[in-house]
Amino acid sequence: MSETLNLDEFLRDWPERAENLIPVLQEIQAQFHYLPEPVLREAAQRLDVPLTEVFHVATFYNCFSLEPVGRHLVQICLGTACHVRGAPRVLDRLLRELNLGAPGTTRDYEFTVRTVRCVGCCGLAPVVRVNNTTHPHLTQTKVRSLLKKYGPEEKAPAAG
Amino acid sequence: MPKLQSVEELEALRTACRERRDPQRPCLTLCAGSGCTASGAHDVLRALRRAVERQGLQEAVEVKSTGCHGFCAKGPVMIVWPEGIFYNRVTPPDAADIVASISNGRRPVERLLYRDPVTGERVLREDEVPFYRRQRRILFANNGRIDPKQIEDYLRVGGYTALRRVLAALTPEQVVEGVKRSGLRGRGGAGFPTGVKWEVIRQQKATPKYIICNADEGDPGAFMDRSLLEGNPHSVLEGMMIGAYALGVGKGFIYVRAEYPLAVQHLRVAIAQAEEYGLLGDNILGSGLSFRVRLVQGAGAFVCGEETALIASVEGRVGEPQPRPPFPAEKGLWGKPTVINNVKTWASVPVIVNRGADWYTSIGTERSKGTMVFSLVGKINNTGLVEVPMGITLREMIYGIGGGIPNGNQLKAVQIGGPSGGCIPASLIDLPTDYEELTQAGSMMGSGGMVVMDETTCMVDVARYFMEFLEEESCGKCFPCRKGTQRLRQILTRISQGQGSEDDLQLLDDMSWMMRETSLCGLGQTAANPVLTTLRYFRDEYLAHVREKRCPAKVCRELITYSIEPTLCDGCHACVRVCTTDAILGEKKEAHTIDTGKCIKCGACLEVCQPQAVLVS
Repeated sequence: MSETLNLDEFLRDWPERAENLIPVLQEIQAQFHYLPEPVLREAAQRLDVPLTEVFHVATFYNCFSLEPVGRHLVQICLGTACHVRGAPRVLDRLLRELNLGAPGTTRDYEFTVRTVRCVGCCGLAPVVRVNNTTHPHLTQTKVRSLLKKYGPEEKAPAAG
Repeated sequence: MPKLQSVEELEALRTACRERRDPQRPCLTLCAGSGCTASGAHDVLRALRRAVERQGLQEAVEVKSTGCHGFCAKGPVMIVWPEGIFYNRVTPPDAADIVASISNGRRPVERLLYRDPVTGERVLREDEVPFYRRQRRILFANNGRIDPKQIEDYLRVGGYTALRRVLAALTPEQVVEGVKRSGLRGRGGAGFPTGVKWEVIRQQKATPKYIICNADEGDPGAFMDRSLLEGNPHSVLEGMMIGAYALGVGKGFIYVRAEYPLAVQHLRVAIAQAEEYGLLGDNILGSGLSFRVRLVQGAGAFVCGEETALIASVEGRVGEPQPRPPFPAEKGLWGKPTVINNVKTWASVPVIVNRGADWYTSIGTERSKGTMVFSLVGKINNTGLVEVPMGITLREMIYGIGGGIPNGNQLKAVQIGGPSGGCIPASLIDLPTDYEELTQAGSMMGSGGMVVMDETTCMVDVARYFMEFLEEESCGKCFPCRKGTQRLRQILTRISQGQGSEDDLQLLDDMSWMMRETSLCGLGQTAANPVLTTLRYFRDEYLAHVREKRCPAKVCRELITYSIEPTLCDGCHACVRVCTTDAILGEKKEAHTIDTGKCIKCGACLEVCQPQAVLVS
C-alpha cells in the first residue's frame, strides 16, 4: 500500500481549514483503517494546523489508530450492561484464543482486538462487533466458533 | 420534488401522502434498529419480501422496516398492521406463515406471539405486552410505525405539524415562553430547565448564534438516543427547526458519536430529504427562516458529551473542557451564543408545541415534568428501552415493566445515570424516578441508563470498573481528575485483589471529595459518585474485601477458587474441552478435578457444566 497518497481526494469535501481536521482524519481512517504518518504530515500542511496539534488530535480520540490494523477488526463492548453480563471474561478468552496479551493486532495481521465502550446494543449484552457485523449474546465458549467464521481465506470456512 | 413554498403546500402534501396509503392495507413493520439487526432482522426482512412475492401479494401487502421498538431482548420484533399484532423472536423460516396468515382471515401465528411469563398466556397486541403496557410512549410513539428513511411516513403521522404551527401562528417569544411553561428539563443528564437556557440565548446580542444537538450518548448502557435517531430522526430535526425559529439561529449541528453508524446513516438521509422538500435551507415554507443542519461525527471520546468539550471537537480540536462561566449560551461555538440540547430534549419540543405546555405539565412530578426514557439493562428479564412518566418508582420499573431478575436471583442495586451516577441499593426500591429524589440518594438521573445488578455482581468490582472507564476517558487537562481517577482505580484494584486495608477506604473517601470539589468539568466532578455510593450503601462488601480478603459476590478473581463437586460430576468432559490451560484433570465418566495452580478462573467450565458441579468459593 502506498503511503504517499494524494490528500486531494479527502479534501474534496472539506474546505482546507483547521476546523475540518477531525472529519478529514476520519475519512483517512475509514479508508486505510489507520493514519499513516506521511499522511498526517501532509494534513498538517494542507489544513494549516501545527503537526503537534494533528498528533494531539490523532492520539486523543479512540477511533484513530496510528498502527495498521488487521484484516478483521474485532471490537468488544465493555459497556456497563456488557460488563455485568460477563464481557471481561469474553475479552480474556478472545485474547487467549488469539495469543494476545492485551488488545492489539495479531502477528499475522488477521485480527485486531479493540475494546469499545458502548455500541448501544445493551439489550443483547455481551456484544462483539466484527467489522460491520454485531454479534449478540456472546459467551466465552462461543468465542472460538466466532473467530472461525472469520478464519484466513485459504482455509475452508468452518461450520460456524 | 419541488421545494415546499408555504405551510399550505406542506399540508397539501401531507394530505396527499395520507391519501396515497390505505390504512386498511396490511403492512408488516419489522424493527431494523441496531439491536434487531444484530439479531438477524435483515434476513427476516428479505424472507418476508420473498414470501410476499411468492404468494403474489405485492400489491396487497406492504413490508416496511422501522426503527427500534425498544424491546431488544425479544428481537427481531415486528408488528402486523392494521390489527397491531405483535410478534417476537421472528426468524426467516417464519416469514411464509406470517404472510399466509394475512390471507387466511388474519389469524395470528400463535407461536410468535409474546407469552406472558406469569400467566403463560399469549398476548396479541403490543400494548398488551406487560413490558409496553405500563409505558407512556410519547417520544417513541412512532418508532414502530414509520420507516425512518421515508419523510412521507413522518408526514403521515403528523410530522412537521408543530413546525407549521410555529411558523404560521407563534412569535419566537411565544415559543420560548411555551417551552419554559412546560417545565421541560434537559434530558442529557444535568436536567437544566430548557426554557431558561433558551431565554438566555434570546437575550444575547452577538451573532451568529448556533444550535447543537448533543447525540454523543457516551454513558455505557444507554442507547435511547441511538434508537430515536435511528427510528425517528425527523422528530429531532423538527425540534431543532423550531428552536432555530425561536432563537434566531441559522446553522445547527448534530454531533453523533462514531459508534452509531446506523444513526449517522439515517440522519444523513433525513437531512437530505428535509433539504429536498425545503424544510431545511433558505426561506423555509416562505416564512423567512433560513436554517441548515450539518452532521458532525464524534471520534470516540466520552468527554465530548460535555458541552464545552463537544464544542472543541466541532472546532477540530481535542475534547478538552473549558471552565464555565462563560456558558455556551453566552460564548459557545467559535465564541458565539450556542444552545446545546440532548436528542430527547429536541424531540420533546414538537410534542410540546402540538399538545401544549399545560398537557406536558400534567405528566410527571412537581419538579420533573414529562416522560423519561430509560434503558433498562443488566440483570433483568425484559431488557430494553422504557418510556415512562417521571416519578414512577424503581420497583415498578424493575418488576412491573422489567419482569424482575432472571434465574430467581435477588435484586442488589440499580446503577442510574452512567459513570456519573451512583448505585441505588435494593432497599431504596420505592424511590421515585425524579431529578431531585435521585440526586438526594447520591445518584442522578443522567441520560437514563439503568443497569440492574443482582447478588452475582460485586460492588467493589463495579466501582473499579467505572473508575477504569473514567481514567481512560479523562482528557488529562486538570490534575484532580487525571491523577484522581488513576489513583482511585489503583486503590480499588488493590482492594479487589485482596491487598487493600481499612485505611484505603478512608483514602477513597477523601480523594473522592477532593475530586468532586476541585475538578474542572462534570466528568471529574462526578467521577467519584460510583465510589461514594457503593461505600455508602455497600460498605460491608468493601470490609469483606479488606478485612477477610473475601469477595461475597464471588467475582474478584484473586479471591475465588474454582472446584468440582465430585458427587455431582458425571465425567462428561465438557469442561476439559473448554479449558485453555489444561487445568482440569479426569477420565471420561469419572469425577474431574481442577488443578488450582493452573486454573486462571476464567469461568468457562462453569458455563458449560450441565450438572452444575462446578463450584466457586
